[in-house]
Amino acid sequence: MATTSIQVNETPLVLYLLRRADDALILGHRLSEWIGLGPILEEEMALGNIGLDLIGQARSLYAYAAEAEAAGNDEDTFAYLRDAPQYRNLLLAEQPNGDFGQTMVRQLFYSAFADPYWRAMTASGDATLAAVAAKSEKESAYHLRHSSEWVIRLGDGTQESHARVQEAVDVLWPYTGEMFECDAAERTLADGRTVIDPAPLRDAWDGTIGAVLSRATLTLPQNGWMQSGGRTGRHSEHLGHLLSTMQHVQRTYPGAAW
Amino acid sequence: MYTQGLSNPDTAAPAKAAEGAGLAARFQERVDAEERIEANDWMPDAYRRTLTRQISQHAHSEIIGMLPEGNWVTRAPTLRRKATLLAKVQDEAGHGLYLYAAAETLGRSREEMFDDLLSGKAKYSSIFNYPTLTWADMGAIGWLVDGAAIMNQIPLCRCSYGPYARAMIRVCKEESFHQRQGYEIMVALCRGTPEQKAMAQDALNRWYWPCLMMFGPPDGDSTHSDQSTRWKIKRFSNDELRQKFLDALVPQTEFLGLTLPDADLRFELGEGDATKDGARGHWRHGSINWDEFRQVLAGNGPCNRERIAARRRAHKEGAWVREAAAAYAAKQAKQKLAA
Repeated sequence: MATTSIQVNETPLVLYLLRRADDALILGHRLSEWIGLGPILEEEMALGNIGLDLIGQARSLYAYAAEAEAAGNDEDTFAYLRDAPQYRNLLLAEQPNGDFGQTMVRQLFYSAFADPYWRAMTASGDATLAAVAAKSEKESAYHLRHSSEWVIRLGDGTQESHARVQEAVDVLWPYTGEMFECDAAERTLADGRTVIDPAPLRDAWDGTIGAVLSRATLTLPQNGWMQSGGRTGRHSEHLGHLLSTMQHVQRTYPGAAW
Repeated sequence: MYTQGLSNPDTAAPAKAAEGAGLAARFQERVDAEERIEANDWMPDAYRRTLTRQISQHAHSEIIGMLPEGNWVTRAPTLRRKATLLAKVQDEAGHGLYLYAAAETLGRSREEMFDDLLSGKAKYSSIFNYPTLTWADMGAIGWLVDGAAIMNQIPLCRCSYGPYARAMIRVCKEESFHQRQGYEIMVALCRGTPEQKAMAQDALNRWYWPCLMMFGPPDGDSTHSDQSTRWKIKRFSNDELRQKFLDALVPQTEFLGLTLPDADLRFELGEGDATKDGARGHWRHGSINWDEFRQVLAGNGPCNRERIAARRRAHKEGAWVREAAAAYAAKQAKQKLAA
């Protein structure tokens, strides 16, 4: 492995795979940061579990990206030897954990999308993607249920928990629009029925989030402005710090096998 | 709590002296006959106290033990290592839960036991007060710390107290997996670059002596051993277990091409499990610095303060979550009642 970052030939399929893999890896990494910090032991296990599911999804998608690119890269070069501008994940996934409420709202926003997304993707014309989707759909359904239950509990819990989780909803809201974007590269794959266009999932997502927030006695933010840029490598300041931790050992001992 | 239905020592125990002596004799007969004592069975108060202390300490060790390894989950060098380390730490949380549940059958609640940990009243394994400084420490902990733990824990699968013995069967299966996982990390490092091998040797240098200490003081100095042996909680002495561990450790170290940091390590011929050049005997370690062990137990290890502070901080910062969950559950119960 070279010291410097790898170069990736981002064909539409490779780019698509890296985007979805990066979403899962970065969010999974964030959840793994909770070890030893959870509010109760059961939740440390649950957060670790969800993190493991996501890291597993990322590995399947990177493996397929490596196969599709056929340039000698593998899951680890993709994960450890790309710098922040080469990462293609949603801005939502890289947002810091904040308190437990913020972590659960971030999970809810993502999982309410991932659940119907992967379900629809089980019909992909690409057999590998359909198989990844079949596994991810089951996992995402559980993640959605778990995060929904917590957002409801916290929203309709105490005055303090209500205020904290409403703040989390407001802070993270501007990062939700990016999930439904479909650029030209992804459009060519959608036209070929390899992937689905995520835009039509918006109504289902709005319905899920509306129902959960309503039960949680929380309100939807009025501000409709959405942040964007993760898919093309324009990230928030947070991703560089995450990568500097995650990639530290690989970058310090170039070429070593672990 | 779930434990309320179980016989309580305060109400069940004040039998007449003669009756008490009869019960105690019957209890010992059952233990001697290798019968399992169950939660609702009569047991001496001291047996209950000893087990509550031992099982809860074991649970605390799992919970504190998540921290030194959690320190490297975000820096694991490959995705496979990251996933397996995260799964391992998750197993430890599971062991903690499992063991707290086993201890609760003796009458104390998990919350009370956890409070004892946070207040510093309860102890946990001295080993987790050492820092994890490089990735090789993830290998060394799995190989050595989990290896030592297994030596201690396999005999506990036959402990006289049923709920503990059954919990240990599952815990041991996972621990042996963790040990292999740790050794595999060491193998990869030792087959790697000179820097990686040096990292592995450095980790071994730092963990060897504290791991020998994990088995507790030499047999002559151990305070709890005699009674625990009669009650068949403890099946082997500290020194016997330490010896088994060392006999297994030496050939594993040789396979890795590493050196144990023990100038006085030697092979003694005689009756024993270890073999060298075809001869039977035992490996003998040099003298252990028991002063260091006492200092770590007294709170002066490199990380004692940090470990407890980390758990206290997590508990405090999570208070609003637990309060919210309780408030929500109360609201739901009230609504259900009104409906």
